[in-house]
Amino acid sequence: MSEALMIHLNGEEYSTKARSLTELVRELALEERMIAMERNLEVVPKSQYASTLLKNSDRIELVHMIGGG
Amino acid sequence: MTDSLKVGTHTFTSRLIVGSGKYKDFQTTKDATEAAAAEMITVAVRRVNITDPGKENMLDYIDPKKYTILPNTAGCFNAQDAVRTLRLAREAGGWNLVKLEVLGDTQTLYPNVVETIKAAEILVAEDFEVMVYTNDDPIVATRLEEIGCVAVMPLGNPIGSGRGLANPFNIRVIKERAKVPIVVDAGIGTASDAAKAMELGADAVLINTAIAEAKDECLMAMAMRDAVRGGRMAYLAGRMPKRAFASASSPLEGYIWD
Repeated sequence: MSEALMIHLNGEEYSTKARSLTELVRELALEERMIAMERNLEVVPKSQYASTLLKNSDRIELVHMIGGG
Repeated sequence: MTDSLKVGTHTFTSRLIVGSGKYKDFQTTKDATEAAAAEMITVAVRRVNITDPGKENMLDYIDPKKYTILPNTAGCFNAQDAVRTLRLAREAGGWNLVKLEVLGDTQTLYPNVVETIKAAEILVAEDFEVMVYTNDDPIVATRLEEIGCVAVMPLGNPIGSGRGLANPFNIRVIKERAKVPIVVDAGIGTASDAAKAMELGADAVLINTAIAEAKDECLMAMAMRDAVRGGRMAYLAGRMPKRAFASASSPLEGYIWD
């Protein structure tokens, strides 16, 4: 069994078993949501979630849409 | 009468754009948006709450197939944050038409025009269709149009203030110089403010707080819908001149005592 990785997810320390962004989305049960992710300040296209592998200390931003004017 | 609103590559029938903030719940957001007969609705981009990621989402209520979703950059105080935010929004929903707003400080929420211009230049170069919130300054409005923004959105008054149009003359001047649609964004407090903006020639208005904070949100949404339509028709019809003295409405001849 592989070790958990420690990443920064939305500004918080976050321990994850996920190895790729696809796995991270699945771990958070957000597969059906309209979301977007940044890895180390770069937006990652959805088509690259599977091939984008997580590393320790990666800074991930995971956003969605909320009410706003 | 066809009187459509063209914004960049998009065409709309409704000239009332609504915001989706400050509502008591998502159902009310949905109902009021329908009552407003809006076709475009602004949304904010924020971090997913990681401790409760599956929580209900607004887009479960506001169907992106039915409405044109207009992601905004509310809360951004510099060009870099605004550009990051909209790149994320485009990735999330494929939305190219966006509302750019870069604010100066939290007390006034006035636009930071310098950062707004910087962000607009980057976004236009990245093929975003930018609807830009700005001051009621004709020179800045022209500059933003020259950069390539598809709509310029001067404020009527500060965001959420409900004070109406502080400077109707400037709105008029901005409209008369512009080739892109002018949208009065922020400051509208009630139906007469919306009608006034449209009578001045604004191509559309963007309203959030005035509807969301009304006692009856849906009724106010309908009031705004009708005010925008009424104001638009009055603008197109061409108002009568204002006169110093009276002008009788009935003929001044054929009196029975003549």
